[in-house]
Amino acid sequence: MRPTVAPLLSFAECRRGFWRLLPLSLFVAAFGAAFGLAAVQAGLQPVDIVFMSATVFAGTAQFAALDLWGAQVPLLPLLVTTLAINARMLLMGATLYPWLALVPSGRRYASLVTLSDANWAMALNDLQSGRNTLGALVGGGIALWLTWLAGTLAGMLFGGFIADPRAFGVDMVLGCFMLSMALAGRRNARSVAAWIAGGAAAWAAWVWLPANTHVVAGGLAGGLVGALWLEREQ
Amino acid sequence: MISTAGYGPVLIIACMALVTLLARFGGVFIMGLIPLNRRMEGFINGMAGSVLIAVLVPIALQADAGGRLALLATGGLMLWLKQPMPAIALGIAVAALYRAL
Repeated sequence: MRPTVAPLLSFAECRRGFWRLLPLSLFVAAFGAAFGLAAVQAGLQPVDIVFMSATVFAGTAQFAALDLWGAQVPLLPLLVTTLAINARMLLMGATLYPWLALVPSGRRYASLVTLSDANWAMALNDLQSGRNTLGALVGGGIALWLTWLAGTLAGMLFGGFIADPRAFGVDMVLGCFMLSMALAGRRNARSVAAWIAGGAAAWAAWVWLPANTHVVAGGLAGGLVGALWLEREQ
Repeated sequence: MISTAGYGPVLIIACMALVTLLARFGGVFIMGLIPLNRRMEGFINGMAGSVLIAVLVPIALQADAGGRLALLATGGLMLWLKQPMPAIALGIAVAALYRAL
């Protein structure tokens, strides 16, 4: 079960990952445009907006930063919010560890620089189904980063370039993608039990706990199911 | 409080980027400190699928009827064909069509 061969991380693999995630990344540009427009309206300078999209590269956290933006910005609350929203990345990174542990540490961390929802989900699906490559993580991450940046620029220059993204179903892209990745993997009673526990915990956290805690709550609940209900020894 | 005059925004954004990068690296770093036994592997595997579901939950809860139909369509086609891209395309199309009608 535990991987023993280091996953591939060649230029060709990254290029393939780039093209595989590019279609989805184009939808990301629509969110980038929404962010660019909102950031202009919140009073950020153009150079700061581009700097933020290029270096932070985390949509929800960037939108949250706009809510706190003004003549004065409370730095500590902003960083706590950023960490809370991005805590899901801690869990996502951890799920890749069995494979990344086999990669030299420089490449291990370099391949995580563009970690986000979509390239994580695709890379994990690849690795779990025996395609031993980090191409989707790195190449796909580059595709997402480029389109996020291009979308941000377009939003700053032209406003939201799709008049109403909802009319085209663009708001459902991430949801449909995550669902397809969840259903693409192998299923057994264990994994379905982890889903149900994770889904219930995420629901409860979303309703009762502070904002942005649902992914961590769901991930930890599913992890507990996985830790308590072990696969049979082979 | 940091003023957004002068270099303030650069400092604020650099701090945000650093915190986000630490979150990207942190999961793998922490796992490196913990021995990877069978129970830990079980934990990671359970977490992998449930993070996907946890990301989905608020999307489904907040979605309108068109959005929920999109998820149903994607889920249905995914179970049938096991091909993500057609399943996602159908989901988007269903949401757009439902909202146009």
